[in-house]
Amino acid sequence: MYQGRGEALNRVVVTGIGALTPLGNSFETSWEMLLAGKCGIRRATKIDVSVFPCQVVGEVHDFDPAEYLDAKDVRRNDPFVHFAVAATRMAIGDAQLDMPNENPYRVGTIIGSGIGGLQTIDTQSKIIHDEGVRRVSPFMIPALIVDMASGVAAIAVGAKGPNFSCTSACSTGAHSVGDAYHFLRLGKADVMLAGGAEGGVNPFSFAGFSAMKALCTSRNEQPERASRPFDATRDGFVMGEGACVLVLETLEHAQARGARIYCEIVGYAANCDAHHITAPVLNGCNLSAAIRAALEESDIPLAAVDYINAHGTSTIYNDLCETNAYKLCFGEHAHNLAISSTKGATGHMLGAAGAFESAVCAKAIQTGIVPPTINYENPDPQCDLNYTPNKPIKRDVRVAVKDNMGFGGHNAALVFKKFEAKSVTM
Amino acid sequence: MDREAIEKRVKEIVVKQLNVNMEQVTPESSFYEDLGADSLDLVELVMAFESEFSNEVAGEIPEADADKLRTIKDVVDYIHSKAN
Repeated sequence: MYQGRGEALNRVVVTGIGALTPLGNSFETSWEMLLAGKCGIRRATKIDVSVFPCQVVGEVHDFDPAEYLDAKDVRRNDPFVHFAVAATRMAIGDAQLDMPNENPYRVGTIIGSGIGGLQTIDTQSKIIHDEGVRRVSPFMIPALIVDMASGVAAIAVGAKGPNFSCTSACSTGAHSVGDAYHFLRLGKADVMLAGGAEGGVNPFSFAGFSAMKALCTSRNEQPERASRPFDATRDGFVMGEGACVLVLETLEHAQARGARIYCEIVGYAANCDAHHITAPVLNGCNLSAAIRAALEESDIPLAAVDYINAHGTSTIYNDLCETNAYKLCFGEHAHNLAISSTKGATGHMLGAAGAFESAVCAKAIQTGIVPPTINYENPDPQCDLNYTPNKPIKRDVRVAVKDNMGFGGHNAALVFKKFEAKSVTM
Repeated sequence: MDREAIEKRVKEIVVKQLNVNMEQVTPESSFYEDLGADSLDLVELVMAFESEFSNEVAGEIPEADADKLRTIKDVVDYIHSKAN
């Protein structure tokens, strides 16, 4: 095994969380709403959705980007970047990280987006066709490229360490957290700002996902019941927008500054179905392999896993594939796991999903509470595990797994563990 | 259109696009050195001038001309010369 610069690998901990989601404009509010069984999905208000078969979405409301960026930067950037910067500032505040006291070259940023600046593409492509190429904004390219989430967040807080964005559709958030964890593990940085951002409420994304028949179209009159992961009547996902950023640190750095620690990250693995552009392999063999590989990196036995925060998109195939993967990976222990998908409440925040759900794992470990899968009413005989229906449960979560799958066949799995100063073999 | 009217409209555009206060904007103000603009801001400013003064500049400020516009006064002189 590669051992960094000839030294043991660093331990990595989560010390800060910032988020804005359809459930609220902070992580704390979003978490409270999750536990209360609330849903952030409504009929769309930001665009006219009357022409689309799906008319429901998880929007971020009452958000003023000028609270986080100066007016010029608000105008230059796409909403997904506004969200990324807001979540970054909140995460640094939560971690009580004093940036002027940090070596800026040791603070890196990996904030991805599943799609990037679709709103900018939408408005500027209209201009190209209606007014001509000379009227296109010089800010079009910087506003739409995915990596501007990391770029602008770094400018905002002065983080000069490793900086890029990773994009893997709906698994972007998990890959971002995982890559950041590896940077820290290998000693390439002391602190990483890791997460995802998505500004999905625009005609482009509604039209595109509608054409794929991937969205829930049966509950336009009952938006709060549209996203129903693992329920037998699920019929598609519901888009959500928002961002989540986690502050990850080497344990050494966190302890040196006396940081509060949510949990430790102990494993990460990623692989690919290499099968189809959008359809998962239904028997779950590849996702199962990714989860196993992440657990092997962490040296944690399968039976020690308490909680899985599922990708749980509320599409027929995703939820079945995941259920099969858990059974394949964990065998009998699959039935002892507490599993939940928080997308019933948030909708699918695409590139931000894995980051928010990683934060949910950290909070579940910290509080000993597993948030529920809401809208679970009709058991599906093929999905017969414990999905923590509708109400949170108390459980001492020592080990939590987060998995995400993205169009392109990307599978990613992360392992979070309750922090103990002395590394304990489980 | 007289110079004064042109200057007033140019200043209003600059205040809005560059997010600066009207008091900061004098005829001698340089976009780069005094008003915090970067090269992308300049492209966008020229586009805004083209829209605002589309009759005066016949819808377009050629790049060779745009490159010479460094201060408020440069812009006012340019539009004034084109308008008359």
